[in-house]
Amino acid sequence: MADSSAAPQGCSFLINEVGSESIFCPEKFSEEQQMFGASAREFMEREVHPHIEALEHQDFDKMVEILRKSADMGLLMMDVPEQYGGLGVDKTTSMIVTENLSTYAGFSVSFGAHTGIGSQPLLFFGTPEQKEKWLPKLATGELIAAYALTEPGSGSDALAAKTTAVLDDDGEHYILNGSKMWITNAGFADLFTVFCQVDGTKFSAFMVEASREGVSTGAEEKKMGLKGSSTRMLILDDVKVPKDNLLGEVGKGHKIAFNILNIGRFKLGVGVLGGGKRTMKIAVDYAQERKQFGQPIGDFGAIRAKIGEMATQLYALESMCYRVAGYMDQNLDTLDDTADDYVDQMMEAIEEFAVEDSIMKVFGSEVFQMVIDEAVQIHGGYGFSAEYEVERIYRDTRINRIFEGTNEINRMLIPGTILKRTMKGQLNLFELIQKVEAALGEGVAVTPPGQDEGLDFDKFLTEQAKKLTVYVANQAIQKHMADLREQQEILLMMADLMINVYLMDSTVSRTQQVVAIKGESGVDHYKAASRLAVAGAYNKVRTLAEDLLAHLANGDKLTKHLNNLDKLAPRARVDTVTLRREVAQVVVDRGRYPF
Amino acid sequence: MKILTTVKRVTDPDMKVKIKPDGTGIVTDGVEYKMNSFDEYGVEEAIVLKQNHGGEVVVVSVGPSASTKEIRTALAMGADRGILVETDAELDSDAVARVLAEVVKKEQPDIIVMGKQAVDSDRNQAGQMLAAYLGYPQATFAYSLEVADGWATVGREVDGGTSTKRIKLPGIVTADLRLNEPRYASLPGIMKAKRKPLETMTPDDLGVDVTSKVRVIKYEAPEERQAGRIVETVDELIEVLRNEAKAI
Repeated sequence: MADSSAAPQGCSFLINEVGSESIFCPEKFSEEQQMFGASAREFMEREVHPHIEALEHQDFDKMVEILRKSADMGLLMMDVPEQYGGLGVDKTTSMIVTENLSTYAGFSVSFGAHTGIGSQPLLFFGTPEQKEKWLPKLATGELIAAYALTEPGSGSDALAAKTTAVLDDDGEHYILNGSKMWITNAGFADLFTVFCQVDGTKFSAFMVEASREGVSTGAEEKKMGLKGSSTRMLILDDVKVPKDNLLGEVGKGHKIAFNILNIGRFKLGVGVLGGGKRTMKIAVDYAQERKQFGQPIGDFGAIRAKIGEMATQLYALESMCYRVAGYMDQNLDTLDDTADDYVDQMMEAIEEFAVEDSIMKVFGSEVFQMVIDEAVQIHGGYGFSAEYEVERIYRDTRINRIFEGTNEINRMLIPGTILKRTMKGQLNLFELIQKVEAALGEGVAVTPPGQDEGLDFDKFLTEQAKKLTVYVANQAIQKHMADLREQQEILLMMADLMINVYLMDSTVSRTQQVVAIKGESGVDHYKAASRLAVAGAYNKVRTLAEDLLAHLANGDKLTKHLNNLDKLAPRARVDTVTLRREVAQVVVDRGRYPF
Repeated sequence: MKILTTVKRVTDPDMKVKIKPDGTGIVTDGVEYKMNSFDEYGVEEAIVLKQNHGGEVVVVSVGPSASTKEIRTALAMGADRGILVETDAELDSDAVARVLAEVVKKEQPDIIVMGKQAVDSDRNQAGQMLAAYLGYPQATFAYSLEVADGWATVGREVDGGTSTKRIKLPGIVTADLRLNEPRYASLPGIMKAKRKPLETMTPDDLGVDVTSKVRVIKYEAPEERQAGRIVETVDELIEVLRNEAKAI
């Protein structure tokens, strides 16, 4: 991120020409960033992995002990600004560390609940006095934090919370009543950020110490996975909280809740990347050890196809994640951190990439799901046994598609935000739509470049996928206009179009960087993975577009649209069998994620 | 007390090593590098010595420019200052020892703590040769180290047991696995390391000709182990050992 200019606009991947900018990618990590990653890895291997058995049996004293050890390492103070005794590292570094800490979900979720959603509301919205009071203790692990937003009756619809806060007669205290659901770290947390309604309708946040009278927690939830983490209900029964514990302003709680969720989403994206890489390694190691018919099953094409696909999708995810990290740092670097409105500006800089964050969350959680599913499959019957780690990972992974906003909610945010920005004139989608319509008017069909011509073929597919996506989006807008936001099935399909476009754009752009940095030798597997990911996404885009058009139009109109589709996005098939073999070979040779 | 410790950049020992088809070396595409694990024990011990006796820890590496990463790692663990003697030459232990000898003459440390060997070439020579070139006493394979009144008391792992040796300082100690538990760099440590001094020089600057005296003729992978076989009777075993394996 040597260049200090602002990053491209959020969502511009949809309209800018692929490969026109030099995106940030792991190949550009600084020596220091790599060292941060190595230390986090070392921490997990030495301090966490040996205790998984105890943690899975809910030895929460051990969890607190490990969290405090992570404080000694400086891990809890990573995102805390230097003025409060933290390290104030950049977003990229923070993501690298998060990725490397995500090799055991029971820990990474507890860690994330403390450092992320637990500490960040205070960090970003607290008064200097509030920060002074609690931040240093959170940074050392003396206090453990938790975040209490969801209620039994309000999940995705968070603002419908029923917990109340009423100003006491003395005018100095609020009295809190209600219950909060699925509170990570609840079993041992000392400090909760609690969202409630002041005067019935003003959504607001309070800092509530666990030691206050009337604060209690329910029994441990019996969860499918994440058994290493504590999840309980938080019960507030006439809890008297001083006015000074109000976080931000009365009625502005939504600002806190949603901004914190934005940050959580990109952290989840790299978290599942870290989990996915480790899971793939476990699967590859097993495939090399397990012999059937006289040879390691890892030598069989049926297994190699799985391994090749895992590595390819993880490569795409990684390209998507660190691109956003680079953008955020690029924008945050231009801000003056002493300015009065710094936090607002920072939130804006992060919000700018809300669409990309949602994409990372959705795609990442689904890639990890695929990776663990195939890892269990590679283990055969043993994968179904709790004696093997993949069984636990399988259970732990399912929640990723549910929390931090379900994948459905996040999917709908993607086209929703893009349309909103287009209508506001922030994103010039219509220019590309006009270009596409004009090209179709001229009636010249496009043909792909040869597959042997480096990245030109992949870039071509990406460009055409963008055109197809905006073409179809335009049809949806024309047909439904303002009512489009009520057409959830259409929005979900539009989201998938956009996710695939972002995948293609990020993967090709990264591979282009890789070739620029490493030269042409030793990068064949990057190119193979890139080709495989891009061609796969392209064909998904074609199918989705056809399905969507078949819903939006019929008869002659549909025929015309489908003809246009063929012109915009001609059939393009690649040799996926050979490409997957090529990627798998490198994974097996190196015994790990090879990028 | 001034403590000098050394680090070598080696291929990650946890990775599968592939030998080039022509046997001239190993395939380095996609290979990861890290600090030689025995050196981690050496660096840790140097830092412990400084904690107990005060002074300065100087960390030295001889190798390619990328070795700054291993030096920075040692600085992040707690060493104070780094020196890289930069060369892309294939080095044998003798060349490394002669380079280090010149660095020691310049730095005049009270004690030199090194890893007992590098996990890539496994030669286990540089420490001993350095002692010879400097005329210093040496205690290799240390599992314990106490320093007092200008002497080091070193517990050593030897075949079939242990031995304890006292050497007069300045001297050389090489670290074995049980010497300590190396720390890993904390995040604040990594940030501090960035600002610690790291000096770069070349073998030429030190007047050392690093031309190798050892020539590697060929790298070969060990032969793959064949699957075992279960025999029915002792007689059959004797028969197989005598006539097939020709072991008896």
